[in-house]
Amino acid sequence: MMPRLPRRGLAQIFALIVILAVDRAVSPQFFDLRLQDGRLFGSLIDVLNRGTPVALLSLGMVLVIATRGIDLSVGAVMAISGAIAASLADSHGLPLVLAAALSAGVVCGLWNGFLVSVLGIQPIVATLILMVAGRGVAQLITEGRIVTFTSPDLVWFGNGTVLGLPAPVVIATGMLILTGAVVRGSALGLLIEATGGNARASELAGVGTRAMILAVYVWCSVCAALAGVIAAADIMGADANNAGLWLELDAILAVVIGGTSLFGGRFSLVLAVLGALIIQAMNTGILLSGYPPEFNLLVKAVVVIAVLLLQSPRLAGFSGVAGFAARLRGAKA
Amino acid sequence: MKNLPPVAITAIVLVVGFAICAMQFPNIASTRVVANLLTDNAFLGIVATGMTFVIISGGIDLSVGSVIGFTTVFVALAIERLGLPPLIAFAAILLLCAAFGAAMGGVIHAFDLPPFIVTLAGMFLARGASFLLSTESTPITAPIYSTVSDFALRLPGGGRLTVIALIMLAVVVAGALLLQLTRFGVNVYALGGSRVTTALMGIPVGSMTVRIYMLSSVLAGLAGIVFSFYTAAGYSLSAVGVELDTIAAVVIGGTLLTGGQGSVIGTFLGVLIQGLIQTYINFDGTLSSWWTKIATGVLLFAFIALQQAMIAIARRPAASGGAAKP
Repeated sequence: MMPRLPRRGLAQIFALIVILAVDRAVSPQFFDLRLQDGRLFGSLIDVLNRGTPVALLSLGMVLVIATRGIDLSVGAVMAISGAIAASLADSHGLPLVLAAALSAGVVCGLWNGFLVSVLGIQPIVATLILMVAGRGVAQLITEGRIVTFTSPDLVWFGNGTVLGLPAPVVIATGMLILTGAVVRGSALGLLIEATGGNARASELAGVGTRAMILAVYVWCSVCAALAGVIAAADIMGADANNAGLWLELDAILAVVIGGTSLFGGRFSLVLAVLGALIIQAMNTGILLSGYPPEFNLLVKAVVVIAVLLLQSPRLAGFSGVAGFAARLRGAKA
Repeated sequence: MKNLPPVAITAIVLVVGFAICAMQFPNIASTRVVANLLTDNAFLGIVATGMTFVIISGGIDLSVGSVIGFTTVFVALAIERLGLPPLIAFAAILLLCAAFGAAMGGVIHAFDLPPFIVTLAGMFLARGASFLLSTESTPITAPIYSTVSDFALRLPGGGRLTVIALIMLAVVVAGALLLQLTRFGVNVYALGGSRVTTALMGIPVGSMTVRIYMLSSVLAGLAGIVFSFYTAAGYSLSAVGVELDTIAAVVIGGTLLTGGQGSVIGTFLGVLIQGLIQTYINFDGTLSSWWTKIATGVLLFAFIALQQAMIAIARRPAASGGAAKP
């Protein structure tokens, strides 16, 4: 197989440029930036800021998908961690609030990882359980109310600034660098890809596939918990019903747009985050163009179909089990 | 215990659950409550029947909730704005759903893509289309709607078996017969066992896939029509998240999510269990509705763990080192 690294990412960057150009066409002041009260304002910053939750989710999701898994529970985990953070924010210090919210993420991730790696349950099904029950748990924590808070420490996570940039953007960038350093700075990324490529063969070759799978689900939930804290801080409250609703689908979409195959085996963190920005640039563009936001779903559907067709094993001559199966069937037809 | 089929376990859970509920609230054990249970979950039973076929064949259909939403909006607008006779509107939407399902099945087969992501695109598409048609709730005032909601079979004890409950029961029976007694049904099981083997046996995998997703979408459309009878309105946000309830009902009904095993009757029992949880919470009055989600999650886990245990027992000699499966 030819090394495809140099070509990877070009399509995504090109797509982002096209979408930004379209955004510029519908809204001439799209690229304008201005500094006000030590904070940058403008549509571009808005895209980055609004794209943060999905970018964080996709950061964890891309690792899960690289192991041939999927995590449907991230939206529910966001709701749980947001509920915990909001309930504790006004009575406890920031370190405890963060620790509690993120440990909730760790527990959720351990649960998902345990079901997938130890019990061997299909990832879609295993994470479906938490997706269904998680929102109920979040509502249990908030007692069915929308919990609001005023703690300035926690609000900073949603509305603060670092050197003029919104805090969520800085946090997400930090997480991207951290994840990248851990995963690509060591052999961990390779082992994750090996697990996704062929779990049995990797296991025989001495890769601790169970630990790998457990670890990626934990990391995915921690990222989701962080996204939940940011989402709660952004609205200064926790809404267990709507926090992170359907964001799992956006995160999966971002990963797929980023060129990571749902069949596992290879991944790119940067491109997944780029995928999240592409989605957000589309959303913002539709909002700015004055079309009703309902168009979002239609545009997303078209994008999913287009990306899927580009990724299709049959069109790309993808080798491996799927390609083999496709050829078998092709020979039959 | 070892030879007990999963559907028997579902039935035991339902009977025991019902007995517990009836002991606590004697009124639950009346035809009135049971008939209401069937009416309230009619649309879920119909759509879950279609989902059973999809899941047994090794696929999944995430688009059903959106298709229900789209159907209610389409039917409401066609009848109220365009003045179409209701029956023609129903025929049109069912044809449209058939085409939609066929397209999803076709894409899944032709491009060899995971059903999960293709039907996810279908979910976005159908929900987006229903938003485009109308974002407001449109009441339906056609006379057929009041006729249908007035008509009911009276049961001893004051229960009213409504038309939509009867439609659901008919769909469940027809679905069970289709799955158990026809060549189509056998092929569905074969596909879930192994696609490649099925293809090598000379079964037309492509047309089977198309027909299975077509069936699921048509039943989702029918569920949408039933839902519009239930609420007498069309609303683009109706049935959000129903795909999860549906999948949960199918799994609780003992269908294997990896495909190849399951039954329509089990799914029907799964729907009733979910309805029973809801009824219990309504009767109790002090429990909040979010307990439904937690209880459903716990049941889901219990049944999935049970399935894993049964697979492990069946494969014991092989002693596989279970890691993530595709």
